Amino acid sequence: MSRKKSEEEYRKTAEFHFKQWLEGEQDPLLGQVEMKPQVLTEETEEEKAQRIRERDAQRERLYVRSSNRGVKRFQFLYHVCTPLFCFLIIAVLLLAVSYLPPEGGSGNPASNEVAERYLEQGLEETGAVNAVSGMILNYRAFDTFGETNVLYIATCCVMILLLMEGEQVRKKIDQNDRAFEPKNDVILQTVAGILVPIIFLFGIYVMLNGHLGPGGGFAGGAVMGAGLILYVSAYGTKKTQRFFNEKVYTAIKVAALCIYGTLMIYFFYTGANGLDNHIPLGVPGTILSAGLILPINVLVGLEVACTMYAFYALFRRGDI
Amino acid sequence: MLDFVQNFPCFSIVSCMFAGIISSALKGKGAKILNLGVLLAVTVMSALTLGYVMDLGESYIYVMGTFSAPWGNELRVGVLEAAMALFFCVIMLLSLMGGQQKLQEEVEEGKQKLYYIMVDLLMSSLLALIYTNDMFTAYVFVEINTISACGLIMIRQWGRTIEAATRYMIMSLLGSGLLLMGLVFLYGLTGHLLMSNIHQGVVHIVEQGEYHIPLMVAIALMCTGLAIKSALFPFHSWLPDAYGYSTVASSAILSSLVSKGYIFLLIKIIYRVIGFDVIQQSKIINVLFVFGLAGMIMGSLSAIKESNIRRMIAFSSVAQIGYIYMGIGLGTEAGMTASVFHVLSHAVTKSMLFIAASGLLQASGDSTDFFDLTGAGFRNKTAGAAFTVGSLSMVGFPMFCGFTSKLLFARAAVDGSWKMLPALIVLAVSTLLNAIYFMKTVIRIYTPLREPAREKRFRKIGIGEQPMNFVALICFILLNVVLGLGAEPLVALLNNGLKMFA
Repeated sequence: MSRKKSEEEYRKTAEFHFKQWLEGEQDPLLGQVEMKPQVLTEETEEEKAQRIRERDAQRERLYVRSSNRGVKRFQFLYHVCTPLFCFLIIAVLLLAVSYLPPEGGSGNPASNEVAERYLEQGLEETGAVNAVSGMILNYRAFDTFGETNVLYIATCCVMILLLMEGEQVRKKIDQNDRAFEPKNDVILQTVAGILVPIIFLFGIYVMLNGHLGPGGGFAGGAVMGAGLILYVSAYGTKKTQRFFNEKVYTAIKVAALCIYGTLMIYFFYTGANGLDNHIPLGVPGTILSAGLILPINVLVGLEVACTMYAFYALFRRGDI
Repeated sequence: MLDFVQNFPCFSIVSCMFAGIISSALKGKGAKILNLGVLLAVTVMSALTLGYVMDLGESYIYVMGTFSAPWGNELRVGVLEAAMALFFCVIMLLSLMGGQQKLQEEVEEGKQKLYYIMVDLLMSSLLALIYTNDMFTAYVFVEINTISACGLIMIRQWGRTIEAATRYMIMSLLGSGLLLMGLVFLYGLTGHLLMSNIHQGVVHIVEQGEYHIPLMVAIALMCTGLAIKSALFPFHSWLPDAYGYSTVASSAILSSLVSKGYIFLLIKIIYRVIGFDVIQQSKIINVLFVFGLAGMIMGSLSAIKESNIRRMIAFSSVAQIGYIYMGIGLGTEAGMTASVFHVLSHAVTKSMLFIAASGLLQASGDSTDFFDLTGAGFRNKTAGAAFTVGSLSMVGFPMFCGFTSKLLFARAAVDGSWKMLPALIVLAVSTLLNAIYFMKTVIRIYTPLREPAREKRFRKIGIGEQPMNFVALICFILLNVVLGLGAEPLVALLNNGLKMFA
């Protein structure tokens, strides 16, 4: 049975809102999003001229270009020689490349017993369906451990450069947090609320699936790091720090790398001394297989996710 | 089953990495103690390894993992490698000891642990560069080395160090890129990454007469890349700022270890990857010789013009790197031995000079003016003595190690080829130039200051004030004299090591 809706009931329906929005009577963002008006800086001609004068004067002070003939000569020489030099290098390299064995030829020196064993016996020896994972995490495990340490030391280096010290500075950043992030942006928060779990799931899938198909710790970790970055952009640092602060960050990073290092030492020691390492390879193709590759992928993934997030956080506010 | 000692090279690399990782969970002081402990442990392990390899009489191979090379990674340990590792550890320990006080003053409290992380990982990368027998592993650890060196430069947050670190980063990455390109060429030509297998491939293609041009380009790329990273003469523009303005422990470590690690890798490439004969025939070695000679003169000339003594010492490094490349460029066994010995003697002397110079500057109100150093040798007696010993060693005064290395260079140069005359002449001229700027400084620091008004600004620094600094400098002086007087057995050891190396 149909009946007429009252005015009040009608005002609550989606159709009404849609119509309103369509006709431009209602702004969906009004009262929902905190927005900071942009300050327009207007510059008069005079100020602009003043600015250019100051800049030129500063350059003059630094390089003394007009009176210093050496600098002038150097700049001229630089502009002439740089392209010449670059073209020379390009020519030499192209020449050298043209003499290299043809790409992908079967008689190439690179198609030798090394690649053959990786491809033909890789599955049997490492248990990994993905030959690349088997190669980087089992055959050449030491290189990959070094590479993970490169990521670690890169974050430490960024910390040296950007980490803010002292309570005063930190307080100032917290007060001024608005400058770095739009707060309570409904669109961003809604989308992030839907996307972040999916991104995380996908990251974990890629990470755990490294020995079975394309993926692995580096890729999966990067995806998870992107998820964390999206979360912090949408919800702000305070909410993120409830579950991911500096302590958690340090704990995850140190634990992951330490376990990784311990596994590696065990692997090297047993391998070099010809001992049995008692690590079951499992049935190739199942999730729990390929020996050390799965745990290492997880550890590498954690480290990479931490690194990605730390870079973002440090560049944004000098703090994790 | 291997002897347990044979595991030590692997353990020392991984334990340095562990120290670096765990340090990030510690406070500054804990990181410092951990660093000290690991460095001591690695020193002991390297010494035991050295003893073991000397008994064994040949180098051995350590497989990193279940699969032997060419499928997996491997280390190769011989006398030269173990000796270098031991030596690098000792220098690292002494440099940190000598630079500790300055480090505490110049680096923010919260960032000190980051400094020790950098040092730990730097040490692990140096050890890996020394021991590895795989070109790609070497490249990975070259990356760690580069990044941690940048960290060491910019830990003292100051406009000049940031600028120096940026410059270092750009130049060093260019060097890494060239090294990687050369490596890619070599892989394309031989299909291997393991040093010994690349060597077999290279010998094969040289015999067949194939791929001459790409092989030469690959050698040139790798030599240029490593020359940039170790500051051979025309590529030295990053060096004076990086060494002159960073905190003193960093300057000592960078000048004595980081650049030497790359030189060691180059020697490894020459001996083990390409092969000494192929390199000799390629004439690329002559280019290194010429640039080495140019560096010996130009570095010293720039040092004479410099009035800030730390920058002066930095420019002197350019000259000393020139010596090393000159020795490599001679293309003889004797030249190579002289170069390797000079790597050691320069490392000992330069790190001592940096630490002593910092002590002298401290006694002169940290002034960059050369004339403020007047009488500094009286105000800080240990630093003055160490600076004098270092200067004498650099100039080539008998009894100190600089003399021995100059003697070895001169002896190596006398082989009757066209390189003899230029090498000897430049050696003489460079020694003279060294004497000009080092003796000038020594005379300045021992000239009594007769201006009471000025003297009031400066303070005396006693031994008790900086006990660690004192111990480090005394150890450096002793090491210098030991290397100078006991050179015969050491040279025999290095010769032996180089024979095992190929």
